[in-house]
Order: sequence, then C-alpha cells, then structure tokens
Amino acid sequence: MNQREIIARRIAQEFENGAVINLGFGMPTMAANYIPEGIEVVLQTENGGLMFGGAPKKGEHSADMANAGGEPITMPKGSSAFDLAFSFCIIRGGHVDATVLGALEVDENGNIANWKIPGKFVPGMGGGMDLLVGAKKVVAALAHTDKEGNSKVLKSCTLPLSAAGVVKRIITDIAVFDVAADGLVLVERAPGVSVEEITAKTEAAFTVSPEIKEMVL
Amino acid sequence: MAKIISMEEVGTLLHDRMTVMVGGFLGVGAPLKVIDFMAEKQYKDLTLISVVASYPGGGFDIGKLTANKQVAKFIGAHIGTDPALVKQYNEGTVEVEFNPMGTFIERIRAGGAGLGAVITPVGLGTEVEENAQRVTFFGKDYLAFAPLKAEVAIVKAVKADKLGNLFYEGTSINTNTTMATAADIVIAEVDEIVEVGEIAPNSVGTPGIFVDYIVQGFTSEERKELFGELWDKNNKFKK
Repeated sequence: MNQREIIARRIAQEFENGAVINLGFGMPTMAANYIPEGIEVVLQTENGGLMFGGAPKKGEHSADMANAGGEPITMPKGSSAFDLAFSFCIIRGGHVDATVLGALEVDENGNIANWKIPGKFVPGMGGGMDLLVGAKKVVAALAHTDKEGNSKVLKSCTLPLSAAGVVKRIITDIAVFDVAADGLVLVERAPGVSVEEITAKTEAAFTVSPEIKEMVL
Repeated sequence: MAKIISMEEVGTLLHDRMTVMVGGFLGVGAPLKVIDFMAEKQYKDLTLISVVASYPGGGFDIGKLTANKQVAKFIGAHIGTDPALVKQYNEGTVEVEFNPMGTFIERIRAGGAGLGAVITPVGLGTEVEENAQRVTFFGKDYLAFAPLKAEVAIVKAVKADKLGNLFYEGTSINTNTTMATAADIVIAEVDEIVEVGEIAPNSVGTPGIFVDYIVQGFTSEERKELFGELWDKNNKFKK
C-alpha cells in the first residue's frame, strides 16, 4: 500500500454516519472510495451541492452538474444545488461537521499552511480558509515528511498560514495526532511503525497517548 | 425590462480597461459565448472578477482571456487551474487579489445588497489581513472587507423569459445569482429565451429587474456536447 493510499484509507475511518463532510482535493477525495460499509455521509461541494454522487457515464452527464474540481457529478435523489453564497453559509456557519484538507505544513498549535509557497506555488486558498474556520472538526492530511525526509509536522509553520489554531487531528502516512490544548498527542501509529520511528521523523513535540492504537486501514 | 440583443450589440457595452464580473465555476455555469466574443474582440487590460480561474489546464472559458493576455488584474479565490494566469502572475504582468472563497462571494453580495462591509472571522492570522481591517464586535475579532461591484456582470442561466427572469440548473447557479445584483449593467447569456409565464415564480433564480440584456448562447444540446467532449478528453467520465 503506498503512502497516499494509507492516508486516504485512514481518512475514511474518520467519518460518522450521517455527517456532513467536505473533502479537499487529492487524498481526502480519494478517501470517499474507502468509506466503511454501513457509514453514509452527506458530501458537500463548495461550488454549491449537497449529497452529490460520483461521475456519470458520458451521455448521462449534465453540463450543469459538476464538483469544485470542475468534474462531472450526478445529483441523485435527496441531493440539492444552490448558489455560492448559500454554500458558504453552510461552510462558514458551522453546518459542515468535518472537513479533511491536504496540507503543506501543520504545527503543534494546530496551525495549518496549505495555500502558498511564496515565489514558487501560489494557487490561492479557494474555499480552504472558510472550511478551516467554519467546519466543526478540521482534519489535516499530509505526508509525514518531504522528499528529503524533513518533518512536515512542525513546532511552528514556516509557510504563510491558511488558518491559526484550527486543526483538531493530523493524519499522516505513519501517525495520527490529536491537537490538544497543551500540544500534540500521538494516538495511532501505522502498522509496522514504532513510536521511536515517529519521534525520529517528527519535529513537533508530542506526548504518546496511553491508549495508542494501530491504524485501521 | 430586459432587452434581447445580438452578440454584436454586446460589443457596444464592453470596452478596454473595464471591471467585469464573469459568472461560472471552472467553466461550469459560465457565459461561454460572450467570453469567446470578448476573446475575439481582444478587449485589453480588464479587471476580471471571477471566483476561480479557467477549467483545469486553461484555454477554456475565461482561460481564453488570460491566454490572450487581456487581463490586467484578477480578483478571485484561486488561479491554480490556469497555467497562463499563474505564469503571468509569477512574472508580475498580472495583479491578483486573492480572497477566501466565502469572503469573495459575500463581498459581491454586500455590493449588491447595500451593505457597508463583510465582517468575517475567515483569514484572521493570515496574509489575507493585508486587504482587510481588523475589527472587534461583541468581544470577538473579525476582518472587515469592502463590498465588491463591477461595471458589467456577465452571467449565465439556462433560460430567460422576455422580462429577463432567469432560470438556473444544478451547480451552474454558483456565482451567477449574486453577480447579477452587483454591477451597473447585467448581461445574461442563456441557452433558451422563452415566453413570460414559462418560468414559474418560485423557479426564478434572478428576477428580471436585475437583468438589462439577454443574449442567446449555446443551446442546452450544444453545451451538453461541449462538456461531453471536454470531460471525455480529460478522462472524467465513469467507464
């Protein structure tokens, strides 16, 4: 199982039955493929839809049904579509139970950076900042280290922040941390990964939960 | 009452250096035919207000305007889908004002609704504060942003009746209803123009009083085919 699949599978364990969820692009969206049987979530798309379905076949598509990535979707029974101002009433107003967003960096104060690498990569924040502030629970998902092995779970983010002090849970390919008032708590480790390995690969300080578990994937 | 006009007549309403809002989200719900016309006529130095840039990969919808270097300033939430716009931004030839998406649309709503500012917690502690004023209400900090308006808004609906009442479908509503309230001149591109009474009162997404001009766009069948090709080429359909 590759790094991305581990993260996507672990994200899918976060969802509670009936929850309203907004998934960021990349690994969070992939997670929709691994939602455990018996769990039904209401997916929200920030361009203006609730309870949408997967891609249609060509010919069964509508030019007026797409997700926030511009991809065709279906609108099954029970779904709804609305304008962008209303969509962000849902997001900012606290009507989304959880959001899972990719991140470039996170830190021990629950800060998250995911919209800008100055001078290199400036796509914009899209709806990310609104989700980070408005969703009831914010989960950040990212590779634990960069390609050179440097920790992306930091003492303090170095990149421009997307929001301050909002992340409640961090999911990486080797660990799951909860962000508590007094710092990070390691609550899960990936199969075959020791606490020592996680310590060696993490810049942020953390405590180890007495009930630490192995990730369910 | 809205006036039905030809594409050539749309040209009399547009000019270089204008501030223009364009509805749509990555091309979906975008006034594709008016955008094509703007690209053909080469209006220059536009301030373009759109929630996001073109369909991923560029060259589609408003990506035609950036590819032609017609845009001097872009106000929106995201540009990462349009390689031409990203390049021009990185080179410093296009100015970009980044807004969190919810703040962007609420600024336009404020512009159309006569409100003095948007007061939001989103962006506190980030670079977004540079475009805002930090304010405190009822013991909490917020950012205050100015309302946003334009000279012209070009919106897209599925149908217009001859009074200008607009009917939208699916996620194509996106920014269109809000933008239709916040410009001096509102042009609606539609798939079909129908008789008054054919759009039921509660199905009217934008009342005709907001719409100054109606122009025929691609038909619904043509748009279905166009997006069919686009999504097929990008491997977006279920096999």
